[in-house]
Amino acid sequence: MKLKAPERVTFNKSGFCPGCGHGVAGRLIAEVAEEMGLADKLITTVDVACGSLHLEDWHFDTVMAAHGRTLVTAIGLKKVRKDNPVLAYYGDGAGYAIGMAETIHAGLRNDNVIAIVVNNAIYGMTGGQMAPTTLPGQKTTSSPYGKDAARFGKPFRIEDAYSGFDIGYLARGALVGAANINRAKKMIRKAFEKHMNNQGLCYVELLSPCPTNWNLAPLKAKDFLLDEMTKHFPLGEFKGGDAK
Amino acid sequence: MSERVLMKGNEALAEAALRAGCRFFAGYPITPQTEILEYLSWRMDEVGGSYTQAESELAAVNMVFGAASGGARALTTSSGPGFSLKQEGISYLCASDLPAVIVNVMRIGSGLGDIAQGQGDYWQMTRGGGHGDYRTIVLAPNSVQENADLTYLAFDLAEKYRHPVLMASDAAIGQMIEAVELPEFKEHDIDKFDWSVKGGKVTEKYRKIQNIFYSMGPAYEDFLREKYAKMEAEEQRWESTAVEDAELVFVAFGISSRVCEEAVEGARAKGLKVGLIRPITLYPFPVKAFEEAKKVKAFMTNEMNLLAQMTDDVRLATGCKIPVYHSGSIFSISDTQELIARAEEVIRAAKGGDRT
Ligand SMILES: Cc1ncc(C[n+]2csc(CCOP(=O)(O)OP(=O)(O)O)c2C)c(N)n1
Ligand code: SF4
Ligand SMILES: [Mg+2]
Repeated sequence: MKLKAPERVTFNKSGFCPGCGHGVAGRLIAEVAEEMGLADKLITTVDVACGSLHLEDWHFDTVMAAHGRTLVTAIGLKKVRKDNPVLAYYGDGAGYAIGMAETIHAGLRNDNVIAIVVNNAIYGMTGGQMAPTTLPGQKTTSSPYGKDAARFGKPFRIEDAYSGFDIGYLARGALVGAANINRAKKMIRKAFEKHMNNQGLCYVELLSPCPTNWNLAPLKAKDFLLDEMTKHFPLGEFKGGDAK
Repeated sequence: MSERVLMKGNEALAEAALRAGCRFFAGYPITPQTEILEYLSWRMDEVGGSYTQAESELAAVNMVFGAASGGARALTTSSGPGFSLKQEGISYLCASDLPAVIVNVMRIGSGLGDIAQGQGDYWQMTRGGGHGDYRTIVLAPNSVQENADLTYLAFDLAEKYRHPVLMASDAAIGQMIEAVELPEFKEHDIDKFDWSVKGGKVTEKYRKIQNIFYSMGPAYEDFLREKYAKMEAEEQRWESTAVEDAELVFVAFGISSRVCEEAVEGARAKGLKVGLIRPITLYPFPVKAFEEAKKVKAFMTNEMNLLAQMTDDVRLATGCKIPVYHSGSIFSISDTQELIARAEEVIRAAKGGDRT
């Protein structure tokens, strides 16, 4: 099989850990943008967390936003650059903890941006603390005996929070295994297509391994994602979908 | 000749922003700033710009951050507690070398405080109210006319330095109605900057808006030093009244300066040698203005705060060589007659009479 790297992913040294899903997500976004002929116009915003490492390996005009404000930064940008596709890229901590108000209100307003949210059930950048997405019983550096869901809540699910909102597109994919990755790419593509039709918030959450902070080797991290994470975070399209 | 109309200070500020080419606003309601938001909620549409009532001041200032990254002239406005929430964005704007205008229509008190006029945010505004090593140009209007003129200027200065500019208005200036001559409309081309994000061919160098010390390395320190030195050299603005022979010089900005102007007139009528320095830029503080005060025996700030916040800057401007007094109250604008009486006392004391 012959693999061609997207032009928009540079060969600069990458800061991502081996087995991290962020690199896969970045590549899929670049592939979709190129295949759709949108790479020359795409502008991205990234959060300060691990996703910000795309600043080094993406060849797109990119804004590094404050933690949790990546989505509203993209919204402000899109409003003044209506002809550019604008994509916000951030993690579960950014979107579902510090940026929860922004997440909810972007959904309520159905703001016209693409949101790609990398959910690794943890705060990756700061060294593996508990997040609102952390699974019950999951050990993190700030829940060393396992997350007590009775105290800290069940893993946050965006499809529940957005259930009453008319947003353009909402789907969840996973960044492990060829079949899942291909499906995730279709979701990203659909988000781009609907974005180009100005259909409002086009939101794809991607389950992503963080081997480093899960304390698992990459292959074990893949199993954890598929066996445990998907129990709490079902894959599929929730709004605006019509694909398999 | 441009139009002369009667307008509320807040509305004149909003209209002047549009005329300066601002086409992006995001804000959140808070008194006494709200008329700016309300005015732009309908007026921004008329000029074809983007208006958003955001979910919070944090969201609003970060939307401004996004719009500024895209090369737009962007504005957000607030008061007191809301202005505190803007600090995250202001710090990020400075770090990322981005222009924007942030208005604080000051109200009184810390915490919730109250909606009446105040000048207690002087330190917060002039010292860099957020985290990190930064300051910003701060413009202090004292009339509805200046609300318009200085807002118009603020966008140019923000662009000149690629740095946010703050406006220190207050409830009195924002709420009062006066005649104002509005500036001309000007166009802003959002594609005119090479640094703003806009997309490009794969062969082009791509643009990154981020904390610029990542890309500058050690050159960052000199870059910043020069930026601030240039602001301090070129942007000091003030108005002096009867300073050359004055023995007592009031130092006051915003609404307080209006009372001081009256006090100077009243004191002069009584034969007292009193003058006024009115800083128009609070940062850079107009130290040059103090060179004119050759006969001065004492300065007295008049500020609506308890901790005499501006006296620090007056002492620094004069090398701590001349006594600096404070007048004013958190709760109200000073009374002119009381100010004249204070001036008389201080002059007497400075000449070796009784201590005040
Ligand atoms: C206001 C603020 N609070 C805290 C931080 C520290 N911080 C940086 S990234 C991060 C969490 C990252 O988690 P997530 O958003 O899930 O991204 P990931 O690294 O897991 O991809 C935190 C808490 C910060 N930069 N700013
Ligand atoms: S810490 Fe986790 S999320 Fe961050 S780069 Fe490493 S594997 Fe990826
Ligand atoms: Mg995370």
